[in-house]
Amino acid sequence: MTAITHHAPDALLAAYAAGSLPHPYALVVATHISLCLECRAEYEAHLAGGGAVLETVGAEAVSDGLKTSVLNLLDAPCAPQPTYPRTGVYPGPVMEALKGKPPRWKSLGLGVRQSILSSGREGSTRLLYIPPGQAVPDHSHNGLELTLVLQGSFSDSTGRFGVGDLEVADQDLEHTPTADPGAPCICLAATDAPLRFNSLVPRILQPFFRI
Amino acid sequence: MWMLAVRDGRDRAAFAALFDHFAPRLKGFFMRSGTASAQAEEIVQEVMLTVWHKAGQFDPARAQVSAWIYQIARNRQIDVFRKERRPMPEELLSDAHDAEPDATQILAVEQEASQLKQALARLKPDQRAIIEKAYLGELSHQEISTETGLPLGTIKSRIRLGLEKLRHDLKELR
Ligand SMILES: [Zn+2]
Repeated sequence: MTAITHHAPDALLAAYAAGSLPHPYALVVATHISLCLECRAEYEAHLAGGGAVLETVGAEAVSDGLKTSVLNLLDAPCAPQPTYPRTGVYPGPVMEALKGKPPRWKSLGLGVRQSILSSGREGSTRLLYIPPGQAVPDHSHNGLELTLVLQGSFSDSTGRFGVGDLEVADQDLEHTPTADPGAPCICLAATDAPLRFNSLVPRILQPFFRI
Repeated sequence: MWMLAVRDGRDRAAFAALFDHFAPRLKGFFMRSGTASAQAEEIVQEVMLTVWHKAGQFDPARAQVSAWIYQIARNRQIDVFRKERRPMPEELLSDAHDAEPDATQILAVEQEASQLKQALARLKPDQRAIIEKAYLGELSHQEISTETGLPLGTIKSRIRLGLEKLRHDLKELR
């Protein structure tokens, strides 16, 4: 396990623990926590904060029948939820987003590939595959962009990001992440708006690629 | 401890005691975020059933019961109101409860929890309202990061405590 040097900021972990992060960011944070003990400890500490609020926020009497009906339901069968174990470089939360199947890569040109995991009103999540030495297509994004490295590494003006490292980029960051030599770089990326690439694919085609 | 009796003994009396403690608090928690009484009780019922079914995942050396139930409660609310499943981190592979229970650590986790509760009670009402809103899920992460005065100092020692335990567990696995 290589040392993780770029972590999730505390506000992001607090918001994730409180369940107030939009789904795309929540997926990236859950995946980072799966790889990072320090952020797991911080996340669990925030759950303790939530527990303290639950204990103190004020009780409301429940109806007389509620306890009996819950006790009567204890033996009712409950459908187990499917679990998605880590597969290769993809931690459990990513495997769940992939519904247990391998990524479906689509070429973006120059060897760069993407596999869209989700795209909707709250933003989008995708896997990116970048050959060594290749730059992530120059792009701008409206809000916060989270990028988590799953394989290989990339570098940009803010530093080097290896497996488990999380880059938090706000809209002011002009960056051109470039995959380092060695293994191809695979990242999980989330934005709160459709990602626009400035080159590589003419803007007019972007609706077709959903990028 | 009721929760351990539920986990290890499938003890219904202990579960009933947990219900008596947490069901009214869960209902109050849900109604604070604007849920009507009847729907709040439906969610309470689902949360308490999840507590029963998933008791095997509870690890007292990592989480206090209230923290563990808080997570289940927020997941259930997200399920009901946002119609989506919150992505959850992988479970750590430590079989914490097969090994000898770490009494010192369990005690430390409980002490931290009661210190957190006391710290919350000592806050000025407006500071306390911010913390409550944050953990009720009513603040965005931008709002949390701009609340520079979030008096979560006690969280810091909780992080250190948790990290020591996680590192210890990971060493055991190797
Ligand atoms: Zn981290």
